[in-house]
Amino acid sequence: MSDSRNRIAARVAQDIPEGSYVNLGIGLPTLVAHHIPADREVILHSENGVLGRWQKPQEGQADPDVINAGKEPIELLPGAALFHHADSFAMMRGGHLDFCVLGGFQVSAQGDLANWHSGDPQSIPAVGGAMDLAVGAKRVFVTMEHVGKDGTHKILPQCTYPLTGSRCVSRIYTDMAVLDVREDGLHVREMAPGVTRDQLIAATGAALVFGL
Amino acid sequence: MINKQVVDAQQAVADVPDGAVVGIGGFGNSGVPVDLIDALIAHGARDLTLVSNNAGGGEVGVARLLKAGLVRKIVCSFPRAADSYVFDALYRSGQLELELVPQGTLAERLRAAGAGVGAFFTPTAYGTVLAADREVRTFNGREQVMELALALDFALVKAECADRWGNLTYRKLARNFGPVMATAARCTIASAAQMLPLGELDPETIVTPGIYVSRVVHRSAPAEERSAA
Repeated sequence: MSDSRNRIAARVAQDIPEGSYVNLGIGLPTLVAHHIPADREVILHSENGVLGRWQKPQEGQADPDVINAGKEPIELLPGAALFHHADSFAMMRGGHLDFCVLGGFQVSAQGDLANWHSGDPQSIPAVGGAMDLAVGAKRVFVTMEHVGKDGTHKILPQCTYPLTGSRCVSRIYTDMAVLDVREDGLHVREMAPGVTRDQLIAATGAALVFGL
Repeated sequence: MINKQVVDAQQAVADVPDGAVVGIGGFGNSGVPVDLIDALIAHGARDLTLVSNNAGGGEVGVARLLKAGLVRKIVCSFPRAADSYVFDALYRSGQLELELVPQGTLAERLRAAGAGVGAFFTPTAYGTVLAADREVRTFNGREQVMELALALDFALVKAECADRWGNLTYRKLARNFGPVMATAARCTIASAAQMLPLGELDPETIVTPGIYVSRVVHRSAPAEERSAA
């Protein structure tokens, strides 16, 4: 688990206030839960039918019927509620979740999100609940590395990968910056320590608005 | 006297015809009625359309059904898994048709079928390849795509407790797709870990009322152990 990923997760956690109902996607977003202070009551939602708070079970205590959306075993803490799939997705699609935090392959300047398919015809397509979350939560936060491993831009004028949702992203958290998606473009909310304005512009495929 | 309990899983699936649309509850390995799937394989109905959130892993449950060559098409949201090699090979070789549906749209299409709703509009998947051929309308200023109800001929669900009227409870997060599939099927078959005398289930805690259930099987220990493996 890299420091960079945890720094992004910790930064997202700062913006999740007490009383929020939150769905954390698979991968980096799952780490956000570890950075929410124990005395701040934030209620997690997992698409397979649970609201509440949970932790990793003790060794040997895993129950195959108590798992999260990533199919990892969890141990429910007091206050949890269970429900079936149609109710679970009604919560997601009906605008009841305050936040969802999703991973991203690409985000466009208009807030389009691509995070389910690389477009490679040889890959096995699988969408799960990504499209439901992208349009259903009140605020959609995307976490990702600012550029790809090979240096390619992931924040672009238009996504080149198949979309998960159009105009759905509220805010982007990367290892370099926090960006707000607004009607007039991507606003730089903050930059990570040591990152310069020129570096950020070079690492971003879409125009940025610096209103700091 | 109403008694929906049948002798065993084999008898419960004996009238599933070739070409049937069969929903199978479960999310990952949780809530998958492995004993009913094994009976369906032994029964041997072919050209099935399977509705299931995942396409199975390893060579048990849904993956075993696919491997048996009895399924023509699968309707699902997330077929890919670390050990979904049975699905992957059938899909890549063109032997299995895939209808990929966003998970919430899958649940809602089942719910619609169960509630007598023919179709509905949702913003989910608007502007994506998964809704490329859908009718689009704007409600409350938001573009939405039309999705059709998804009715099942049979639903196979894994329950925890049942009574002879078909009232069901589920175990923890194994509930997942079971209740909504039960509403969408012409014939729902439930596998229960425990059969209780009528009246033993607290009416407040029944999740699936018996009106949605046609047959109940008291599952035997070996199938249960295999599903947990």
